[in-house]
Amino acid sequence: MVSNNLYALGALFKDPNKLVKLAKKIVELGYKNWDVHSSYPLHGLPRLMRLKWSPLGYIALILGLTGTSFGVFFTWWTMSVDYPLTIGGKPWFSFPAFVPVLFELTVLLASVGTAIVMLFIIFKFPNNRHPLHDTEYMKKVSVDHCGIVIEAKDKNFDYEKVKALFQEFEPDQILDIYYQEEEVAYKPKVFDWKFITFLVVIAVLTSAVGYLFNNKILYMPPFDFMLNQFRLGPQESSTFFADGFGMRKPVPGTVARGDIYYPFKGKPEEAGAKLINPLLPTKENLALGQEKYNTFCSPCHGWRGEGDSHLNGQFPNPPSLHSEKVRTWSDGRIYHVIVEGQNVMPSYAKQLTEKERWAIVLYIRALQRSLNAKQEDVQ
Amino acid sequence: MSNIDYTIEPEVVEGKPSHSAVNDAIAKPLETKPTWKYYIALGISSTLLLIGAVCLGYSFYYGIGLWGNNQPVGWAVPIVNFVFWVGIGHAGTLISAILFLFRQRWRTGIARFAEAMTIFAVITAGLFPLIHTGRPWLAGYLFPLPNQHHLWVNFTSPLIWDVFAVSTYLTVSFVFWYIGLIPDLAMLRDRTTSKIKKVIYSIFSLGWRHSNRHWNHYEMIYLILAGFATPLVLSVHTIVSFDFAVSILPGWHTTIFPPYFVAGAVFSGFAMVQNVLIIVRKIFNLEHIITLDTLEKMNKVMLATGMMVGYAYGVEFFIAWYSGNPLESFVFLNRAFGNYAWAYWIMVSCNVIFTQLFWFKKIRRSIVPMFIIGVLVNVGMWFERFVIVVTTLSKDFLPSNWDYYKPTLVDIGILLGSFGLFFTLVILFIRSLPVVSISEVKAVIKGSQPGHH
Repeated sequence: MVSNNLYALGALFKDPNKLVKLAKKIVELGYKNWDVHSSYPLHGLPRLMRLKWSPLGYIALILGLTGTSFGVFFTWWTMSVDYPLTIGGKPWFSFPAFVPVLFELTVLLASVGTAIVMLFIIFKFPNNRHPLHDTEYMKKVSVDHCGIVIEAKDKNFDYEKVKALFQEFEPDQILDIYYQEEEVAYKPKVFDWKFITFLVVIAVLTSAVGYLFNNKILYMPPFDFMLNQFRLGPQESSTFFADGFGMRKPVPGTVARGDIYYPFKGKPEEAGAKLINPLLPTKENLALGQEKYNTFCSPCHGWRGEGDSHLNGQFPNPPSLHSEKVRTWSDGRIYHVIVEGQNVMPSYAKQLTEKERWAIVLYIRALQRSLNAKQEDVQ
Repeated sequence: MSNIDYTIEPEVVEGKPSHSAVNDAIAKPLETKPTWKYYIALGISSTLLLIGAVCLGYSFYYGIGLWGNNQPVGWAVPIVNFVFWVGIGHAGTLISAILFLFRQRWRTGIARFAEAMTIFAVITAGLFPLIHTGRPWLAGYLFPLPNQHHLWVNFTSPLIWDVFAVSTYLTVSFVFWYIGLIPDLAMLRDRTTSKIKKVIYSIFSLGWRHSNRHWNHYEMIYLILAGFATPLVLSVHTIVSFDFAVSILPGWHTTIFPPYFVAGAVFSGFAMVQNVLIIVRKIFNLEHIITLDTLEKMNKVMLATGMMVGYAYGVEFFIAWYSGNPLESFVFLNRAFGNYAWAYWIMVSCNVIFTQLFWFKKIRRSIVPMFIIGVLVNVGMWFERFVIVVTTLSKDFLPSNWDYYKPTLVDIGILLGSFGLFFTLVILFIRSLPVVSISEVKAVIKGSQPGHH
């Protein structure tokens, strides 16, 4: 009579009080694999069934603290390590201002995480293959009955005995609940080709939409209005002005800010005779000169001014700065070359301020002295 | 009067319906063909939604110069709408979480509906900061993602707190709502005869089988989520008020803003829930589950929160005078007697004066007057946000900068569209999911718990 496929024996009650009496008896008899089903929580039943106190409170606490600590780490790392920005003169790690975000992260992780733990880890959902589904038992529990099942796998289970026990408490109905064939045979198939195809399709679709959105759609009208504005870019032509230039030249005689009139234009000898280096060869000035020399001069003149360009001959190499001629030049004569250029060397007046030019002159003097040291320099 | 026994709680559900009758009543809207009334309601709301969609598409194409926003009123109707809709959402969480913690059993009939309204209101609200930026397709950078210069969002800014608060609020409300839905979806799964519906309900009920071993954890998580949602809901409108209070503009820079905003949010949210419930219980014959007692209690909450809001209006004026700050006093005098006095007095009369009618039990318990007062409260609360945002901005520190802000037709179209979106979602929800929590109602019907004889 008793099939191998029997899952459990169930009893249905309309009156929860009768069910409670039966549940008490089942606990006394020491059944382990049994359960009570009702479409709403019955008060006091978890204690009566000797269920353990739900651990979800601790899980929520742990997840919440994880959220907080992640938030502290993340705000600290982004705001004071990865890209520190001073905002309103406040410290980089201004904790009070981060509290709202920390609170939200705590609540978010604790609530969503606890729900996920309960549904997918504790309950092992989704589980639509449970033998109770689609039975008359479940249908009645869903409407207006409460039910008790004792599972066949319980070691005290004996079909006749359980049935007799149920009858003793006058249930409205006693039901045998069987496994269906496919429920027994069912195995979750993660590597099923349909499932894999589904994942691949989702991945391709997501990437395609992301690509289209970020690289194509954002550059189409109307989303491109920031890119295409009614203005001219640098060097663009314009039909508005007679000369066809989009960029306008300043009025003749315009002096740029910070520009100082240079009286020795085209007069190198006069500059050499009349200009005097205003800077003293202090450590700071020499350091400034070294920095600017290395940036602007060394690509052609070489690190030590020997004309050994580190551009490897892509430009004509300049003569050495250690020649007799340059060594005997005055400071003003060298300064003039920096301002006006010489031969293929262009003017560096735009790149270097007056002070920087004089600092470079000082540094060149130091370089020259290093290769042509006098006897007393060594001592 | 003296012989009333206050130790006995009145019945939450009127009569003593059988469990199967509860199932039938709540599942009926999902299983029957809708009446013409339903289609009319859906038609109106989707027309409004369409108006909003057209106005939005128009704004996206031509740019937000179509709106009234300009110097000096840069935060205008879009931000007013945002604050308004976030506020509407608060009643739902208050009913479902805070009243749950206080063991107010009368909430069972309306909790599910209020939670759904929370979600829809927050969705509607979330739209406005996005469109307000003018380029909503770049909204991803509101989240902490480094941009092309590896610069992160500014975590010290109230606007980024807003992003976290509103998105957390939406997520947690959704989880809370979904957890509550699972047993009801299982009930529908076992009840339906349609094959397609069966598959859908099976997927979304996740295989719930009413086991008391599960109920043990379920009741715990419900308590935990209610415990989290309670401070969360208070934090959300607090943070929304920080958008204003953390700035240094007179009229915004006040410490009363967080509690004042939260009270206002609950106030307007209850008015909206009450309005919609009155319609739903009438159309779907749920008068015995969403009872008149419940509505009366909601009106009492509105009376209380309305007076809190009125108190806040008073205190703002008092502090403006008491602080001796001339800018502060100017702003408040300007609110009450300046260009926008009409908006200010609409706000005061709707929020403070008309709600006083709820002192009368007769008005608290009659449907038509309470419905009208509910509508007025929402009008008043919209104008409250309008007054706060616009009056302060339109007259800033530099008199030559002052201007009179007027919303354009497109602004109004988008406001109508937000109502359309909200009500369309509500109307679709009514016919696709159980509007009342079946398992909670069954649990409070007399005789369904063991030990009650």
